[in-house]
Amino acid sequence: MINRNPQLDKNRVLQHLLTTEGLPAPILQQILDTAETFMGVTERDVKKVPLLRGKSVFNLFFEPSTRTRTTFEIAAKRLSADVINLNIAVSAQSKGETLLDTVDNLSAMHADMFVVRHSQSGAAHLIAKHVQPGIHVINAGDGRHAHPTQALLDMFTIRRYKREFHNLRVAIIGDILHSRVARSQIHALTTLGVPEVRVIAPKTLLPSHVERLGVHVFHDMRNGLRDVDVLMMLRLQKERMQGAYLPSSEEYFKYYGLTPEKLRLARPDAIVMHPGPMNRGVEIDSEVADGGQSVILPQVTYGIAVRMAVMAILAGPQPSDGG
Amino acid sequence: MSLPDAEALYTTLFQKILPDSRKYAALVGIHTGGAWLAKRLHRDLVATHTGNSPEFVQQSGMLSVSFHRDDFDKIGLHAQKKSSEIPFPVDGAHILLIDDVLQSGRTIRAAINELFDYGRPASISLAVLVDRGNRELPICAQYIGATLSLPNEKTLELNHDDHGKFYLSMENKNGADTNHRSAFT
Repeated sequence: MINRNPQLDKNRVLQHLLTTEGLPAPILQQILDTAETFMGVTERDVKKVPLLRGKSVFNLFFEPSTRTRTTFEIAAKRLSADVINLNIAVSAQSKGETLLDTVDNLSAMHADMFVVRHSQSGAAHLIAKHVQPGIHVINAGDGRHAHPTQALLDMFTIRRYKREFHNLRVAIIGDILHSRVARSQIHALTTLGVPEVRVIAPKTLLPSHVERLGVHVFHDMRNGLRDVDVLMMLRLQKERMQGAYLPSSEEYFKYYGLTPEKLRLARPDAIVMHPGPMNRGVEIDSEVADGGQSVILPQVTYGIAVRMAVMAILAGPQPSDGG
Repeated sequence: MSLPDAEALYTTLFQKILPDSRKYAALVGIHTGGAWLAKRLHRDLVATHTGNSPEFVQQSGMLSVSFHRDDFDKIGLHAQKKSSEIPFPVDGAHILLIDDVLQSGRTIRAAINELFDYGRPASISLAVLVDRGNRELPICAQYIGATLSLPNEKTLELNHDDHGKFYLSMENKNGADTNHRSAFT
């Protein structure tokens, strides 16, 4: 059988986590279920379990990140791995070393797992194809392409608050065009059986043919938010203002910023999510961000359990061990 | 071969624990068979004691050993929605650990590690329904329902029917049995 998905081995066991696209529902559920078992670990006296003892996790961040890198680091340390953080933007690559040479050198230092953030779409795929069997790659965000652990922690958050996926109406709001988070969310939501996924954005911030991903497109918050159970806000990157995408952040806030008035259009028990970092007063009003329906800080906490789950599953048995 | 009646073994185990039972602040069962036993023992001990001393208090908890297993590299982590539930302070407590079948001792080693993640108990004792021998670690049980000698390739498991009645079942280790606890008792 030809293995079309580089994330899975021939026995369909997860080897790398590169994107939520094409990942079967049982694997997504396995990650969410495993994350649930890790939730209690942080409440113990000893907030560590020995599953990755003796393993080395290299955080390769070619792009700045605070939250994602920190939660990956905490997750790996809670699993007892040794964590090495490399701020590549200011090291080897600035001296001219290629991406794969960097990876080869780090592999020679006996890395077991790479967590990769890169501004180029496909960087994590490239590394996953290049590394020796038994070395695992986790995509922590590549260009506009994918950010699977963010999408998984969002799914975990939704499941914690809403329990089921099959009866939900979910809206993703904001800069869909440039968002790797949105792409990964859409794939995960549709795979997990959410019957109605909406995207709400101005035309300039939507990819062409976005409806092919199985989403309903809205340009107006007043229509798009009606009877929604889950609102997934996206960050509006300030640099977009400099292009021809948007007139001004004030204008954006007027039409697409989430205010208490707009939130009232959704279901009364709707939850508000945001992957961070937030631009208050641009895509979200402070009153909403800090309000009773916001689950933005729990998302960050759940991110640790979800990343522990992904690492623990990847570090499990190898095909040579007979599965 | 015919297996002993698990209900009779349970009664034997209960009678052996009863004289010492006031010593233990908590009963902790290992998921899954040990957890069922601990629940039942807890219920029966509380019912027996509270008749003559209403102040009798004993906690119960459940341990999942999956985070501390020594064969993680071989079998990986199996998602179970059950994680450990220890709803009492472990520090300074005398704890009775309970499992259905004791063989290699590896599960008990993992359970003790898991328990220590919650604190430093004053003591841990062990009760098992069946001791199969063949220890691979220096671990012994203080309370034993029965000692059985079984072929190594067989796994022994505790089950219960819809009415909560216990029974034992035996399967081949590498047969259709997909329960990965098999090689790890």
